[in-house]
Amino acid sequence: MRYVDEYRREEDAQAFLGAIRRRVTRPWTLMEICGGQTHTLVKFGIDRMLPEGITMVHGPGCPVCVTPLEMIDRAVAIARRPGVTFTSFGDMLRVPGSDTDLLSVKASGGDVRIVYSPLDAVTLARSHPDREVVFFAVGFETTAPANAMAVWRAHQLGLENFSMLVSHVLVPPAMEAILGAPDNRVQAFLAAGHVCAVMGYREYEPLAERYRVPMVVTGFEPLDLLQGIHMAVEMLEEGRWGVENQYARAVDRMGNRPAQELVSRVFEITDRAWRGIGEIPVSGLALRDEFAAHDALTRFAVEGIEADEPAECHAGEVLRGLMKPYDCPAFGTRCTPERPLGAPMVSSEGACAAYFHYARTEA
Amino acid sequence: MCLGVPGKVVEVLESPVGMTMGRVSFSGIVKEVCLAYTPDVRPGEWVVVHVGFAISRIDEDEATRVFDYLEEMNELDEIHIPQPEAGLPGPPPPSRTGEGRPPRGPLAGPPPEPPLTAGGGS
Amino acid sequence: MSAVTGEDRRMSNPVSPVGAACPLPLDRYPAITLAHGGGGKLSRQLVEELFLGAYAGPELSKLHDGAVLQVEGGRLAFTTDSYVVTPPFFPGGDIGSLAVHGTVNDLAMCGAQPLGLSVGFILEEGFPMEDLWRIARSIRSAADASGVQVVTGDTKVVDRGKGDGVFVNTSAVGQIPDGVDVGAHRIRPGDRILVSGPVANHGIAILSLREGLEFETRLETDSAPLNGLVAELLARLGDGVRALRDPTRGGVASATNEMAAAAGVGMRLEESAIPVDDEVRGACEILGLDPLYVANEGKMLLWVDPAVAEDALAILRAHPLGTRAAEVGDVVSEHPGRVLQRSRIGGLRVVEMLSGEQLPRIC
Repeated sequence: MRYVDEYRREEDAQAFLGAIRRRVTRPWTLMEICGGQTHTLVKFGIDRMLPEGITMVHGPGCPVCVTPLEMIDRAVAIARRPGVTFTSFGDMLRVPGSDTDLLSVKASGGDVRIVYSPLDAVTLARSHPDREVVFFAVGFETTAPANAMAVWRAHQLGLENFSMLVSHVLVPPAMEAILGAPDNRVQAFLAAGHVCAVMGYREYEPLAERYRVPMVVTGFEPLDLLQGIHMAVEMLEEGRWGVENQYARAVDRMGNRPAQELVSRVFEITDRAWRGIGEIPVSGLALRDEFAAHDALTRFAVEGIEADEPAECHAGEVLRGLMKPYDCPAFGTRCTPERPLGAPMVSSEGACAAYFHYARTEA
Repeated sequence: MCLGVPGKVVEVLESPVGMTMGRVSFSGIVKEVCLAYTPDVRPGEWVVVHVGFAISRIDEDEATRVFDYLEEMNELDEIHIPQPEAGLPGPPPPSRTGEGRPPRGPLAGPPPEPPLTAGGGS
Repeated sequence: MSAVTGEDRRMSNPVSPVGAACPLPLDRYPAITLAHGGGGKLSRQLVEELFLGAYAGPELSKLHDGAVLQVEGGRLAFTTDSYVVTPPFFPGGDIGSLAVHGTVNDLAMCGAQPLGLSVGFILEEGFPMEDLWRIARSIRSAADASGVQVVTGDTKVVDRGKGDGVFVNTSAVGQIPDGVDVGAHRIRPGDRILVSGPVANHGIAILSLREGLEFETRLETDSAPLNGLVAELLARLGDGVRALRDPTRGGVASATNEMAAAAGVGMRLEESAIPVDDEVRGACEILGLDPLYVANEGKMLLWVDPAVAEDALAILRAHPLGTRAAEVGDVVSEHPGRVLQRSRIGGLRVVEMLSGEQLPRIC
């Protein structure tokens, strides 16, 4: 597969690893933001091939994992209503809410469907005017343009039976929250490549400057991650900070303008609660008033639903890089992919799931 | 986030108001993809596709940068890294204390100061 | 009036030639009704005209409650499987051929050749008769290809809404030749692991159909009977063949895990050695699936004495069902019960059992 296989060559990977090893003179802690990057690191065994001095801390870049508990409960409440066709990406189906998850709602007869693209949900709404079609719009900035287009299209077509339950989150405020926390140990970031493909990386420059932290916009294939780590380590070793771009084949500094334009046309920035972290100001997206008719939150009157996290789940610490999944007392015992306590164990991008599936090499 | 898969644009379709669609091939699997955010893309070019939308055009020249970077790194190494045998990851290379030299090139930082010598300028 | 006896009817209705139209007049009986399962005249007609018309043989035609088979003594293998695949028709096959091949393969994995097959149908009221006829014909072709006959069967009909169109159960009895002993108990550290061809084709063919993915060349199921190939391998390699396993639901990952646990040994797979068709890979990438976990219906894993590995590959590759056979791993004494995979770039990861259903990963 082109643009995939050539970034998975063993010889090149070993060359990068060697170069990183030679460059490291003291311990460094790096955070990769995106869940997809975490998965590559663990799936290809990269995190264990890195020299001892490099600690990779897994960031909160799993939109599924940071979706607040009450959002899941709201989704469940809507999905249970007769006449509703509830559509979602596959990952969200097994994330536990306060008492159940969407997959169980489906098993009990709810019309819950997995879609590949938000436009599929719009198509469903068009072809089933008798159904209320709701789409669970979860994601970071990468997915916002797609979701924006879906609402835009539905609006253009005058579809009265299409709405979205929005739980979008933004990366820079999360990075700021991590950097600003008193117990922060992260010294450099691998920024999320596809988020930056959409947004560019201008907004990271002031952050890197203020906190004097290297940030490398990084892709998702093994060589991308290794090069990103090498670039970050170089900067750390040389005492430099700023934003560099490893993923130049897909990202430029200004990002994707048409995408940014439609996103700001359809969405506005809002305060947002992050599961496991708490509320971060101006860190999320909500539909603008103009599109209120397509807001499932008000349409189904579920704003009032609130929820409390189960005490046993340490997702918050894991998401902030303060705890490794295997340090959690419930990991692999009371919390497994079949019976998860929290989202990072369920989501295919979650750190806990990644460790559970790939990293338990000791018997 | 997010699964962005590289695919080759097979066809650009004219379509309703502002929502250009196209057909993109992933190793022979062809899927309909929204090209609204990559309006200038042409058949034969490659895009990164996320949830049915092309979010970026792949710059083919930039794509080889990883390998140029590798070459630069390799050129500056005096000790060649032993390639691992198939079966297990290779042994760690011998450590080099005191010999590290930062690579030159656009990605390097400022060159290290030359050692001071009597009478020498810098 | 003098009743036409069952005997007379059987004599006058030989098995219909290939491609023949449904013997039941479709304008009178376009779909299955509850009466077809009632045990009365319509049931009898369904059996005698449709099923016998499709796949009658000497034993089945007796229409006894049970079939009587002559065996030579020694060991018998017995297997049963139910098939609920939806949609029932897919590129390269249907629920009928799938059911026959699957059950014949289960026997083959024990080293057994089939002596007789049973076919049980649970039909939903309203299921189109034409579709049933197609499935029955397909069962006949698959049985012929496998060298087995359908010797007994059963048909039930459930109310509309209580079944998914059609469910099929097939069971089979087979004879294990003297001296043949294959199974997990024979696996030893040092044994080599082979696969008979590229993986994930079946699961991806089904999922692609459901997801509406288009392909430039058709993605077909790989459903096929492996008993002929198995017979050849056992005859020529003797006890060099330790164990066989067809990686159906849960894919190669689940099959190897189960065998590792049963045998009390560890296994190591080499990612780059596992054959996967390009288009199947492409589909897996788009859907976010791991080919290691996707179902196969015409492939097998073999555990062999290292001394016969080369010969085994030669035999496989000379057979139409094994042209792309490959060695993909080996058995070790370390980490008993666990399966590890060496990634393309040299790192190690654990290959876990599938937990729940693999949902398409999007975000």
